[in-house]
Amino acid sequence: MDTLTIANRTFRSRLMVGTGKFSSNAAMVAAMEGSGCEIVTVALRRVDVDNPHDSILTHIDREKYLLLPNTSGARDAEEAVRLARLARAAGCEPWVKLEVTPDPFYLLPDPIETLKAAEILVKDGFVVLPYINADPVLAKRLQEAGTATVMPLGAPIGTNKGVRTRDSIAIIIEQAIVPVVVDAGLGAPSHAAEAMEMGADAVLVNTALAVARDPGAMGQAFRKGVEAGREAYLAGLGRQQERAEASSPLTGFLHN
Amino acid sequence: MNFQQTLDSYNLAEVEARIAAKRSADVEAALAAAHLGIDDFMALLSPAAAAYIEPMAQRAHQLTVQRFGKTILMYAPLYLSNECTNGCRYCGFNAHNKVPRRTLTLDETEAEARVLHDRGFRHLLLVTGEAPRAADTDYLTAAVARLRPLFSSISIEVYPMEESGYRQVIDAGVDGLTIYQETYDRALYAEMHPFGKKRDFAFRLRAPEHAAAAGMRRIGVGALLGLGKFRVEAFCTGLHALHLARHCWRTHLTVSFPRMRPADGGFQPLNPVSDHDFVQLICALRLLLPDAGLVLSTRESAQLRDNLLPLGITQMSAGSCTSPGGYAEKDESGRQFVIDDDRTHTEVEAMLRSRGYDPVWKDWDSAFHA
Amino acid sequence: MQLTINGKPTETTAGSTIQNLLDQLRLDSRQVVVECNRAIVPRQRFGEEFLAEGDTLEIVHFVGGG
Repeated sequence: MDTLTIANRTFRSRLMVGTGKFSSNAAMVAAMEGSGCEIVTVALRRVDVDNPHDSILTHIDREKYLLLPNTSGARDAEEAVRLARLARAAGCEPWVKLEVTPDPFYLLPDPIETLKAAEILVKDGFVVLPYINADPVLAKRLQEAGTATVMPLGAPIGTNKGVRTRDSIAIIIEQAIVPVVVDAGLGAPSHAAEAMEMGADAVLVNTALAVARDPGAMGQAFRKGVEAGREAYLAGLGRQQERAEASSPLTGFLHN
Repeated sequence: MNFQQTLDSYNLAEVEARIAAKRSADVEAALAAAHLGIDDFMALLSPAAAAYIEPMAQRAHQLTVQRFGKTILMYAPLYLSNECTNGCRYCGFNAHNKVPRRTLTLDETEAEARVLHDRGFRHLLLVTGEAPRAADTDYLTAAVARLRPLFSSISIEVYPMEESGYRQVIDAGVDGLTIYQETYDRALYAEMHPFGKKRDFAFRLRAPEHAAAAGMRRIGVGALLGLGKFRVEAFCTGLHALHLARHCWRTHLTVSFPRMRPADGGFQPLNPVSDHDFVQLICALRLLLPDAGLVLSTRESAQLRDNLLPLGITQMSAGSCTSPGGYAEKDESGRQFVIDDDRTHTEVEAMLRSRGYDPVWKDWDSAFHA
Repeated sequence: MQLTINGKPTETTAGSTIQNLLDQLRLDSRQVVVECNRAIVPRQRFGEEFLAEGDTLEIVHFVGGG
């Protein structure tokens, strides 16, 4: 059976789901159920002490889903490390989706601070899944630092534009020694399928599910997109043929 | 993860069977692939690919020209010592062989080097056997220090070292390492290396990773063709290069495919590799590794070298001697093996130019390394 | 005594533990993480850690995020 292994844990699903921006907890749960995901990301925020409400955790079945806390909101390595440690203290397994996004407009990740934080967190025993721009050399540096995956963005977060960083992601996939998870920007199941057809090991989707009219049905649609893309990749896609220009034979000497 | 773990995850008999099972449809898919997967590479090494040798050659040529242009990096080997404590059954330096043994002094080394320098070579490959008492790392370091002013790049093809040894020679001015595993088949390796330090398969296998960790700029791997089954050996060589490309990504890789030559001792190849097989192997490696340097030495005949040139070759030696003192003293009594292409460097240079290739004598200067 | 909780000055009874404070704020201790003066307080010590005048607390919990 085709499975995904990250840091010695095996998953059947190659679709990870983010839990932000949903109109209700019910919609979020429907999207998770529909998607068949086994990993869901969550964020840490200050409790509003004047107006406390249920934690999101009361709605997520921890038996069924691995909670992957992110470090969203961190603007530098120090803040990211602090958030990761807080998440671990909350009783989560020491997994963290590392995000360092000082740019408030496109929420693009800071490569230098991300690498710094990754080095600290790996040493501290975390399973680190860093969110990065699709930079192949940064991906290598992070893998060297011991991250469990790399998570290059397809397009800026929330833009639904698809795999705009295609050529760079192809290089990352070609050279990777850890699973490659395409994260951010995937707005349609066809985008997810495209990433999987390219050989990505998994994708992470949030906004596209959260803003759908029917998040549960969209979760199912993404599940099918991911599965179709994966199956096509494994089956061996018919490749676009590049015809070599006609030239004189190069191996005629073997027949003389 | 080191390469030994990767290699150990394959059973070589299964690899052979998987390669043998590939069909023409697999070869066609591999020929169309932008990047080869493991199964694509197997397909290109399979008997089924023999019928596709021309399209493979065209693709190999196209990839090489696209990546390297029509250039050939010229290098020359300099044998420092033929003293050796190993018993490699196929090698002319085998400790049991009755050949004149010598280790060049620093002055003799410089005399040899000056001949090569005067011929225009700036990329030098220093070769020794494995004889710690005659030619240890300190000896090598001293030779490199002496030759450094004459050459822009100095590589070594000696015994495997720990990371610290590679650091020492890199500090002295070495920027390249060539180390052939000879065979990736442990059982055959044990048989071929009955005594001597070289018996340690794993240490040799680890050497490129040690060198990369020490900061070596160029690393070359390969198998001695004629020992194991060429399809399996070529597969493992490709796997090794791929592993290094992914894990030691700061290092530039080269692959060589030395075919066994007549040597003192009279060892006969266990699995001779035909010219056709040889071409298939070179093309398959080029398609797997579009960015790797492919090295062709004077082991092959002049005619074959000329024909192999467009298939993906990026580095050639010329006018080589395989005995210590062979250049300045013209003494070849202590040679490792008999070369085949015995044209001079000027003749090879003229051949390259006549075929539209640019011989490159210098593409790097170790001064950048300071 | 006065504390700073999530950036806001807050009054609480002298001699309170962190658990007492969470109860006062009607927060489920299983669902929050507490930092006291930038050091994480392990959950099993909430009932033993007494607060002091001027302590700065961060109380965080999980919310939706991608």
